[in-house]
Amino acid sequence: MYLTARRDADQLAVTLSGEWRALRFADIEAELGAVELTSLQRIDIAAGEAQFDLTGAWMLRDFLDRARAAGATVQFQGPEPSTLALVERCRTGEITAHTHSIQWLDPERAVEGLGRRAVRGAQDIAGGVSFLGRVGVAFMRAYPRLQWRPVSVARHVYDTGVTAVPIVALIAFLISVILAYMGAQQLHKFGADIFVVDLVTVGVLRELGVLLTAIIVAGRSGSAFAAELGAMELNEEIDALSAIGVDPIEALVLPRLVGLVIALPLLTLLADVIGLVGGGLLCHALMDMPLVQYLHRAQGAIASTTFWVGVVKAPVFAVLIAMSGCYCGMSVRGSSRELGRLTTLAVVQSIFFVILVDAVFAVLFMELDI
Amino acid sequence: MRVLLEVQGIVNRFGSQVVHNGIDLQVYEGEIFGIIGGSGAGKSVLLRTILGLRKPDAGSVRFLGRELGSLSAAELHALKASYGVTFQEGALFSSLNVCQNVQLPMLEHLQLSARALDQLALLRVQLVGLPVEAALKYPAQLSGGMIKRAALARALALDPLLLFLDEPTSGLDPISASAFDELLIYLQHELKLTVVMITHDLDTIFRTCSRVGVIVDGRMISDTLAAIVNNPNPWIKSYFQGERARRRGIVHGA
Repeated sequence: MYLTARRDADQLAVTLSGEWRALRFADIEAELGAVELTSLQRIDIAAGEAQFDLTGAWMLRDFLDRARAAGATVQFQGPEPSTLALVERCRTGEITAHTHSIQWLDPERAVEGLGRRAVRGAQDIAGGVSFLGRVGVAFMRAYPRLQWRPVSVARHVYDTGVTAVPIVALIAFLISVILAYMGAQQLHKFGADIFVVDLVTVGVLRELGVLLTAIIVAGRSGSAFAAELGAMELNEEIDALSAIGVDPIEALVLPRLVGLVIALPLLTLLADVIGLVGGGLLCHALMDMPLVQYLHRAQGAIASTTFWVGVVKAPVFAVLIAMSGCYCGMSVRGSSRELGRLTTLAVVQSIFFVILVDAVFAVLFMELDI
Repeated sequence: MRVLLEVQGIVNRFGSQVVHNGIDLQVYEGEIFGIIGGSGAGKSVLLRTILGLRKPDAGSVRFLGRELGSLSAAELHALKASYGVTFQEGALFSSLNVCQNVQLPMLEHLQLSARALDQLALLRVQLVGLPVEAALKYPAQLSGGMIKRAALARALALDPLLLFLDEPTSGLDPISASAFDELLIYLQHELKLTVVMITHDLDTIFRTCSRVGVIVDGRMISDTLAAIVNNPNPWIKSYFQGERARRRGIVHGA
């Protein structure tokens, strides 16, 4: 019981008691809501026995406001609670901030959103191009003077390359298994079983080895770059570097870029080797093909360019992944939510660019007849 | 006076390094208790221990006579509604605006209507002296002083009995710091709060604290402010009577 109300015609006598605390909000609100306020002239309140915290005082004030709006005058018997006065003092000026109301579809806002999105899109493109330029300038400045930051580069080769070896090897093996299985099943219908070797070796070397490696690395390292640089940005570490006189692009972006450009071709090489070995083992297991025959057939299937056509793409993919990751990371501003959004964006963007550029390469190589 | 918080024989070790070697302290209802100590003396670790964020290697923390370690998860959750905390850097949730930051503890512990939620949050925002417009700003858009005030507003969201402040005036200019002191005294008086405050600011200590606890050599020496400045312990002596203190002209009895 927080209040007892006694109604006498158009007069109401209310005695408040107990602890009006925030944690009792629901109970107090229910009791206040049960008080009938219609056609009241006057309310007498005795609040001497009750204790109020700020929330309790707000509830009382809210109740009194409603009573006054219904046309009653309010009179305190004895002193007014001091916290009530505090609430009155704080609430100068009316407040209209509906932080919790949901805005349903509003055409004006929709158009505004579209405009904002377009502008932001244009800004993103401009930002990306300018980032590319800054990295280019930093590269031209640092590398002729042989400022390699070899320790930093080595760390990134380790983080993005060496630690990715198990997963890249496993995926490459599984991909060759899938290719060999599918090929054996389909080509058997034509009695062209031997061409499974062509399918596996050419498929892995030209496309799948480098593409899947790039996608794995985009997921692992693109996100790591974005998260690392984003957290540094939030912690003002990047500003600190600039203030010390170290170009953050040179110190943070270039080592990651160079590290990944070294690591990704090596990982691709690994994926190619594992893919070919896996294909050989599968041909042996599925079709009883001796390994010697596999090797012989593979030599016939692969031209000298087949391997290079795949591997040459790796550094390009590495640049795309490193640039997306670093750019997204350095664009983080203000909040942890931004960090999450941009880390996601870094991965999605780098995978998209990798596949897009791979398609361009495919067309290019066909036109060049390689 | 009722003892609100009682800490007995807290021992904290990191590996072989003993940070706290039997800390005792009592906080009485209605006082502002200052905790001071050198850098690395373990002030923040003590606060984390009291808040139950760190399990001490020995000792007990009693809040309103109930020991923290013996509470069930549900009781501990309920207990957390009765104290408010501000962290050194504010620790505002960066993806929420000030108003939503204040509302978060309310949403967790109270059942409020959307209208009450808005109004009560804005009441807190105004209570700590922030302009209404600040309520819809995000932490990244606030100045250092505003962050401290917003953090205080969030700590006051549930009308706590006990308020813990970790270096509330660090990083503020002297005018903002002194305004924060006045705000704290005002709130403590109006809301009958009990405050435990870690601070290094001599002005804040002399303006606000009624009692002070000093962490020296892993133990705590606590006394009234008037008595602690004349304590013979060499660290305390140099703290209160050192050059910086002397220059401020606030040395008592020296």
